[in-house]
Amino acid sequence: MAMKVYGDEMSASVARVLLCLHEKNTEFELVPVNLFACHHKLPSFLSMNPFGQVPALQDDDLTLFESRAITAYIAEKHRDKGTDLTRHENSKEAAIVKLWSEVEAHHFNPAIFAVIHQLIVVPLQGESPDAAIVEKNLEKLGKVLDVYEERLGKTKYLAGDTYTLADLHHVPYTYYFMKTSHAGLINDRPNVKAWWEDLCSRPAFLKVSPGLTVTPTTN
Amino acid sequence: MVVKLYGQVTAACPQRVLLCFLEKGIEFEIIHIDLDTFEQKKPEHLLRQPFGQVPAIEDGDFKLFESRAIARYYATKFADQGTNLLGKSLEHRAIVDQWADVETYYFNVLAQPIVINLIIKPRLGEKCDVVLVEDLKVKLGVVLDIYNNRLSSNRFLAGEEFTMADLTHMPAMGYLMSITDINQMVKARGSFNRWWEEISDRPSWKKLMVLAGH
Repeated sequence: MAMKVYGDEMSASVARVLLCLHEKNTEFELVPVNLFACHHKLPSFLSMNPFGQVPALQDDDLTLFESRAITAYIAEKHRDKGTDLTRHENSKEAAIVKLWSEVEAHHFNPAIFAVIHQLIVVPLQGESPDAAIVEKNLEKLGKVLDVYEERLGKTKYLAGDTYTLADLHHVPYTYYFMKTSHAGLINDRPNVKAWWEDLCSRPAFLKVSPGLTVTPTTN
Repeated sequence: MVVKLYGQVTAACPQRVLLCFLEKGIEFEIIHIDLDTFEQKKPEHLLRQPFGQVPAIEDGDFKLFESRAIARYYATKFADQGTNLLGKSLEHRAIVDQWADVETYYFNVLAQPIVINLIIKPRLGEKCDVVLVEDLKVKLGVVLDIYNNRLSSNRFLAGEEFTMADLTHMPAMGYLMSITDINQMVKARGSFNRWWEEISDRPSWKKLMVLAGH
């Protein structure tokens, strides 16, 4: 039986899982969860993820939540097919993949999420973006991208010379970010820009990006 | 040659790595990086950790930063030694990863600014953001209820054994429990309190507290 992913294609966290499934050429079924109608807060969904967020995954009798735990599971289960997303055959290379995945989680994601939240989610809730929060997090994001610019001057991808989960995890929010008027943070850094354009050329990305349909306000 | 851990032994992220070393019986050497004088922001340390934070490790010519990546590397390298921190089957490992990710995205995002405002800032003579802290405590209560529910039917977060999912919470929990209001929030949640008392009774935690000067 194919894995079931519960969520909506426009969710960045769901897209993270879908990218991984496509990189692994793995069959799956996307079970829609209506986010605007708050179906992810209903008891039926909370029984899969008590934190009430998408995605959730069902694979036979295993239920999982947290998109990066799901991608790690898929990458491990299907380690022998599709793209090698974890460098699992070499423990030191695998650790470097994990390192840059942690950098995405702790340094990149908080800053970019705060910007996207203000420019996309807040207006959908009928409120105005908080310019101070946007400015503060753009500054933080810029400093993180300075580190990336130097790193990507030495390696083609974040964890080395091949595409891994460390790169994949960045894709959905960066895609949304590039739709804002702040895309210069990426485009003005040549190594980061080249890396981003490479990530966008991947077949898995071309399958998933059409689902990332939400647009930011022009701020 | 023993692994060198660059960091301050009282800081939460180095403690995450130290707990892993202690659970696995791995020898280590701590090289003190003085956070009070911002040694972590100086050029020499930035070469080890470009974001200017602790910890970083050097093991021969292998170098790594990000405490959770370091802990995972050593838990994998020494899988057959000491406590099994990663989980047994593929599915069990996925559940361990899931709750370890919960620590990052739900717990730490609240615990870290609480600790920074109520413990670190006063030490540096900076003003605490009182409004923020009150908001964070409310959110933390909601999250702790979810943990409490999970731990009412599971001895540890990923099931019946202590794993990385539990370990990764411990440094911040140690700090939070020293804050009266949070301590009371924990004690008011029976299963969560039971879990904290059990894991903080582990020899690794007690050794860590001695190393940290408690």
